[in-house]
Amino acid sequence: MLRAETNYKKLSINDIQNEIIEEFSLFGDWMEKYEYIIDLGKSLPLIDEQYKDEEHLIRGCQSQVWLHAEMDNGQVAFTADSDAVITKGIIALLVRVLSHQKPEAVAGADLYFIDRIGLKEHLSPTRSNGLLSMVKQMKLYGLALQAK
Amino acid sequence: MDVTTNIKPGNALDVARIRQDFPLLSRKMNGKPIVFLDSAASSQKPEKVIDAISEYYRAQHANVHRGVYQLSQDATTAFEAVREKVRDFINAPASEEVIFVRGVTEGINLVASSFGRKFLREGDEVLITAMEHHSNIVPWQMICEEKGASLKVAPINEAGELIMEEFERLLSDRTRLVAATHVSNTLGTINPIREMVQMAHAKGIPVLVDGAQAAPHMKVDVQELDADFYTFSGHKVFGPTGIGVLYGRAKWLNAMPPYHGGGEMIKTVTFEKTTYAGLPHKFEAGTPDIAGVIGLGAAIDYVLEIGQDAITQYENQLLAYATERLKEVEGIRFIGTARNKASVASFLVEGIHPYDLGAILDKMGIAVRTGHHCTQPLMDWYGIPGTVRASLAFYNTTEDIDRLVEGVKKAVAMLR
Repeated sequence: MLRAETNYKKLSINDIQNEIIEEFSLFGDWMEKYEYIIDLGKSLPLIDEQYKDEEHLIRGCQSQVWLHAEMDNGQVAFTADSDAVITKGIIALLVRVLSHQKPEAVAGADLYFIDRIGLKEHLSPTRSNGLLSMVKQMKLYGLALQAK
Repeated sequence: MDVTTNIKPGNALDVARIRQDFPLLSRKMNGKPIVFLDSAASSQKPEKVIDAISEYYRAQHANVHRGVYQLSQDATTAFEAVREKVRDFINAPASEEVIFVRGVTEGINLVASSFGRKFLREGDEVLITAMEHHSNIVPWQMICEEKGASLKVAPINEAGELIMEEFERLLSDRTRLVAATHVSNTLGTINPIREMVQMAHAKGIPVLVDGAQAAPHMKVDVQELDADFYTFSGHKVFGPTGIGVLYGRAKWLNAMPPYHGGGEMIKTVTFEKTTYAGLPHKFEAGTPDIAGVIGLGAAIDYVLEIGQDAITQYENQLLAYATERLKEVEGIRFIGTARNKASVASFLVEGIHPYDLGAILDKMGIAVRTGHHCTQPLMDWYGIPGTVRASLAFYNTTEDIDRLVEGVKKAVAMLR
């Protein structure tokens, strides 16, 4: 998260997506990819405990997600968490792509990287892990904060 | 595996040959030969069922109970022959007590709505158990709310067994119906339905049994159970989706108002007054799922051909093998350890979320179910977010279990 703030602040959403796609192209098989995602999920403290409440909860059938958004210098800052570590790892990627971007950029983002790195099944409606709803919610925050 | 060889399933079934009857079992998932351990959600289909449906549409299709022409008569005969087959399958007294529905969900909704409208009053009670599937909770909540009745829940112990004294105590003067599952989809617990029915009948209370998870695994005899209603789904007994059965005692079905209105369920219709058809047609409004019924008939034939006793015996052995081998996984906790169990191993591994485990097993070609299994109140009772559930059918093998155990061990190593 700290790394993301300092290194990627000036990159556009698509720049970051392309960067992630390149990183993932180095993995030999799905196991390496998942190990990386699991590491991401384990290592990052992604949300302030006070926001892990009912109000910030996005309930999935399989796993749950907490999402918080606030404005920081004209950019949307996202923090999020999940009870499942793979879900949390993917959240880390989504936060890296969408956090500290302008609200209008978040609202209009085309998130192609998930498909390109071969993780689209985690964002399928049938997985019901809260991720798809989280992406929708992130874009809604973008829209709402744009108006402010 | 020295510890486990002595409990490996014997030769009750020729599973290698049986597997050839199921085309889907030879496909791959994520590039690996599939290990299908989610039959409790829906079972795979043998070639004979697939062929029966396709043959029906190719050569026999016409609407039933309507035409005077030969094709329609033949379709009707085939359709009604399956009703008789189902009657025999569950040993119902009369085929008119066999109602075709879409599945267990519709079967329960039918009874909740029709029985509830007729017999539930303000202050009455419906008694269910703590291990019910949402389909055997929500329809009762809906009708109870409408009628000002209340839903009572008989508790279970830590092993996932119904506490019989509590169940009996909860049968009150206001209880109008008991609705209980025969086998728990999440825990695998086999409930002592016969005893439960005896207790309820002693107080004049009828009993509905959710047989979704029982019919695929054991011989069901509604007369021996003395159940007033018994419902099961076609797609879990190796038949097609969208078809199921509700057995109801004629005395109750005759007293209940129709569920849906439409064609087929009427005797005479005028704009002033409609009189209803007798059983079973009173509860089968509209063109039924004829192909589904034909497919269900083929599925029942298939199950009977293999033999229900052999199926039960083989699956019990396989479940014992699975339970024993899964114990090798460090930190495993079984959810549902009833003495009397069928075909389900539900578990958690300490410190690991079921979703994570399921997602990694998927990559290894292993299909298990993760989550709350549509039994949220039960998960809340255990204080867990869900479980990983491996559910067995007679087409599963010890090799499937071995791959599951190796997969879980590998996933745990990745996730810890």
